Amino acid sequence: MYDINKVRADFPMLNNKKMQGKPLVFLDNASTTFKPQSVIDAMNKYYLEMNANSHRGDYDLCYNMDVEIQKSRETIARFINSETNEVVFTSGDTEALNLVAYGYALEFLKPGDQILISEIEHASNTLPWFRICELTGAKMCFVDIEDKKVTVEGVKKAFKENKNIKIVALAHTGNVLGYTINAKEIASIAHNNGAILVLDGAQSVPHIPVDFKDLDADFLTFSAHKMCGPTGIGCLVGKYELLQKMATFHTGGGMNVKFNKQGEVIPLDAPAKFEAGTLNLSAIMGFKAAVEYLNALGMDNIHKHDEELFKYAISKLEKSDKVIIYNKDSNNGIIAFNVKGVFAQDEATLLNSKGIAVRSGQHCAKMINDVVGDIATVRMSTYLYTSKEEIDIFVENLINGGDILDAYFLN
Amino acid sequence: MPISLTNEMMRAIIMDHSSNPTNKHVPSKEGYEKEHMHSDNCIDDLDIYLKVENGIVVDACFEGVACTISLSSTDIMCDLMKGKTIEKARYMIEQYQHMMHEEPFDDEVLDEAVVFVNTSKQAARIRCATIGWNAANSILKDK
Repeated sequence: MYDINKVRADFPMLNNKKMQGKPLVFLDNASTTFKPQSVIDAMNKYYLEMNANSHRGDYDLCYNMDVEIQKSRETIARFINSETNEVVFTSGDTEALNLVAYGYALEFLKPGDQILISEIEHASNTLPWFRICELTGAKMCFVDIEDKKVTVEGVKKAFKENKNIKIVALAHTGNVLGYTINAKEIASIAHNNGAILVLDGAQSVPHIPVDFKDLDADFLTFSAHKMCGPTGIGCLVGKYELLQKMATFHTGGGMNVKFNKQGEVIPLDAPAKFEAGTLNLSAIMGFKAAVEYLNALGMDNIHKHDEELFKYAISKLEKSDKVIIYNKDSNNGIIAFNVKGVFAQDEATLLNSKGIAVRSGQHCAKMINDVVGDIATVRMSTYLYTSKEEIDIFVENLINGGDILDAYFLN
Repeated sequence: MPISLTNEMMRAIIMDHSSNPTNKHVPSKEGYEKEHMHSDNCIDDLDIYLKVENGIVVDACFEGVACTISLSSTDIMCDLMKGKTIEKARYMIEQYQHMMHEEPFDDEVLDEAVVFVNTSKQAARIRCATIGWNAANSILKDK
């Protein structure tokens, strides 16, 4: 394992920051994460030393930038075990999922085809598919949830009941309850039934080792900012033959070989054909630094750390009869809970008044109410730099934090 | 309403209106104008109903899902709105907005609504404390 104090020293946001006049306890890491100094330095390096566009010049600065992009792509590919040319840079997970929807589904789905998702999906893995159904005449169908989870059995049942599923799109790890699906088995079921698997890795890639080739998913999407990287950058990883088959989505400079007055366009090969316009170059450099940071700690260790904190927090919370926990049997650093008789947003505001950042509501998964059996939940989520002391502060304030209106009257 | 309400009294008023919101219902009669408001950072999702006759707000009520602050502030607003001329209702909403943003405000017209004077301490909840008021303002602004 790693030394948590040494790790914390790498993050400027963990250096005596305060919120509401109290030491900041950041437990909203499923939303976004802090950046280590190495990521900030890598981004600054672009602006301070390397500022040039890529693929567009005959001078050294431009060439050096092309090399940096390639290095970043290679680093990311090695991290999730794909080929380098299978990594497409996008603005984040949302754009990556939209790219699969508009580049693949819109191109290949026909009226009557089906897209299988679940009720626990984030809006970004739901709304693009709804739109594709409107545009193509395809239909949505939903996996039956068993004990709040998407299971292999549930997916098998869905294929029995729905004969035209062409796309299965699921969160590898859920953003509200934190359960990780058996993606390898589900990919195999999808393939045996002539469908592809789109894996939303927004919450899995930052927290557990993910092996794209071993899982045999067809597409994998994730964002850098949830794994210590910059905002505004993420990627779509796709099997190369699928990327080559896909239609382009954004078009413009940097993605074509040539075009003429007749409107004929010859796109570049993947991944370049999806990367129209100037890329987020400093963020691409920061993304690489973030992956290097995670690699240095080790994804197994990061997962162990999340899991240890999860168990520690649950063991303390279970002692209180005030707290309802919705995902006690999870292990990925997300706890969904409510305090009895307290509306989720009111609890989150009380915690804010104590310097503790958590999220409340439906967490962009607006079909999840029936699954959790409550209209809104509070979500606390840890990451590689979260300390046991922070869990102690969180639990103490959750259990003995006083009345929700203290946030307005005692601060 | 004197602003010298103690904190305990203010807390009791907020909790009373959120636990027993007397104006939380869909109007049983016709003649109401409806405005829907929802929040992008809270669960709040409300319909506000106002009945205006001869330049006077004769009734106000609401329905929907809301956190403690939005529930209570909307219920209090409905109480205060009833019987006011459009002009006075608009003035009250304006003064409430001033209070929310820590600007000088006329506490006389805000009556019980002064209990939300501390909302700016939790800036993320200003939207909650104003959602019903913004909806009412939207109905009244063109009158």
